[in-house]
Amino acid sequence: MSFRFPAPEPILPASGWWALGCVSAVALVIIPVCALTLAPDHPLHVSAYGLTLLGKILCYGLAGLALGLVWGYAGVLSLGHGLFFALGGYAMGMYLMRQIGTDGVYQSALPDFMVFLNWTEMPWFWAGSSSIVWALTMMVLIPGLVALVFGYLAFRSRVKGVYLSIITQALTFAAMLLFFRNETGFGGNNGFTDFKRILGFPIAAPEVRVTLFVLSFLALLAAFIGCRMLMRGRFGKVIQAIRDAEGRAMFLGFNPLPYKLFVWTLSAVLCGIAGGLYVPQVGIINPSEMAPIQSIEMAIWVAIGGRGTLIGPIIGAFTVNGAKTLFTSILPEYWLFLLGALFILTTLFLPRGIVGLQGVLKKRGTAK
Amino acid sequence: MRHATTPPKKPEKSPQWPNRYLAFQSKTIDLSHDEILYVEDLHVSFDGFAAIQGLNLYLQPGELRCVIGPNGAGKTTLMDVITGKTGPRNAKVTGTVYLGQSINLLHHTESEIAQMGIGRKFQKPTIFEALAVWENLQLARKEDKSWWAALPVGLSTELELAISECLATVGLMARALDCAGDLSHGEKQRLEIGMLLMQKPDLLLLDEPAAGMSDEETRDLAIVLNRLRGSCSMMVIEHDIGFVQSLSGAFGKVTVLAEGKVLSEGTLEKVKADPAVIESYLGR
Repeated sequence: MSFRFPAPEPILPASGWWALGCVSAVALVIIPVCALTLAPDHPLHVSAYGLTLLGKILCYGLAGLALGLVWGYAGVLSLGHGLFFALGGYAMGMYLMRQIGTDGVYQSALPDFMVFLNWTEMPWFWAGSSSIVWALTMMVLIPGLVALVFGYLAFRSRVKGVYLSIITQALTFAAMLLFFRNETGFGGNNGFTDFKRILGFPIAAPEVRVTLFVLSFLALLAAFIGCRMLMRGRFGKVIQAIRDAEGRAMFLGFNPLPYKLFVWTLSAVLCGIAGGLYVPQVGIINPSEMAPIQSIEMAIWVAIGGRGTLIGPIIGAFTVNGAKTLFTSILPEYWLFLLGALFILTTLFLPRGIVGLQGVLKKRGTAK
Repeated sequence: MRHATTPPKKPEKSPQWPNRYLAFQSKTIDLSHDEILYVEDLHVSFDGFAAIQGLNLYLQPGELRCVIGPNGAGKTTLMDVITGKTGPRNAKVTGTVYLGQSINLLHHTESEIAQMGIGRKFQKPTIFEALAVWENLQLARKEDKSWWAALPVGLSTELELAISECLATVGLMARALDCAGDLSHGEKQRLEIGMLLMQKPDLLLLDEPAAGMSDEETRDLAIVLNRLRGSCSMMVIEHDIGFVQSLSGAFGKVTVLAEGKVLSEGTLEKVKADPAVIESYLGR
């Protein structure tokens, strides 16, 4: 007697590949063409504002994916992912500050805020920041290292659940206070802004904006496919096993520490990349990105989109930020109420988020 | 706390317990003195509460030992200490707990101890509810448990065969593709037993495996455990005297614990007749 083993789960089902192909065509061909070739008064023209907005939301999607990975699959709810996002952003911001060169207000080779503080030379940790390779390395390395050290200490001491969430929240808050200080050397509460160039090209040029948008899309795409490949195999099963019954997994011989630490660090790195792509598009990075509310909002994207899937958090980030853009222009004072209501309603009626909607409708259909 | 640097002395074996399990062998555990588990003068206390007070227990390779005793006798604590759940990390533990001649269990974590060949069944069935039944068995299999070894996708035919065989043994073939969270209580118990079979332990600890099972399920469980007899050593905590009878038979050794100490040890007949046991446990 035997039974048929199911074939290994595909990276995406056929319909998924189709949807992905359509979205890619829009993002990689149609939007760039509309932005670059059509006249500004053409109805299909994509404005600089629209392009930046879409690019920004793609970065949020990547951050949501990163948080969804660690919350949905490893069961570790981080309320401090804004820190990793901001660290990636600061790494890129340092490079962009150096790209300003002597075109700043004070016409100095030093960034303006350093001149303002009467610093005569660059602090040691700014060495190398004029290189894009350095910036990209730090964008990955710093969030990764912070996550690795913090995660090792937390998971080794078996800190779990709400305690871990609170500690991550405290971590990002502490980092925010640190970055607020002028002496820390990252521009204090103003952070970095007034960027002029990236790789020598003017940062506001339509071609540069399109390139950044396309890069954000490709980063999100690569991260999504990569995470799918990781989670469909035995690794994905083990990390879910640790999430649901850590004791059982340990008594089967799995040490949860490296599994959790790997997912946690990967998540932080993805978040850092999202931040690094975000900053040149939005044009500013300051410590308010590390404010606890930012990290909590990320958790809301994931909860609304759907935990336990990879596409859910991305959809959640798109939905919430789309709605936010819409509402903050129409009824700005009611946005936070709406966000709260949205969160409560999904928790009550859609415990599996927007992605779970399909299942809920199907169940209702069969019940009748 | 006191760490034993040398393996404990071999206890004297009484002649009425001949070693009937000569076929038993282990790759990882040093069984040269014919004992798989030594627990000697074990004291465990949590914040001043003494759960185990001077417990001695020796298990032979291939033996099936039943452990009975009233609530609070320290049965589950004993299992926690052996499997690394309780240790110097989170309790005050003194004494000696050795696996074979060379492995001091007090110095290892849960996952290390599991990899050395100790399997454990909890009182409440604990399985991975979000995964399919066959996936639960896949993860349980004895193999490299490190994270990089888990990265490849796909199953070997050898693994498929092992899973199919195990599904047949525990009678879950028809439910192989179902989500483990949807199983009935008895089916979950069987799945957990199946996972332990996949783990191929040298020493299997079962904490009230028959709890919450119907009479028929309990009988089936006794059959499965009796089939395993000799291929690994087992320690079974149980309240149900009928179930103990079906496992220990006329010659199997039964240990009675009370207040963190061994009260009596011998065949079920012998311990049932022991006045101390009647006083503290059976007589009540």
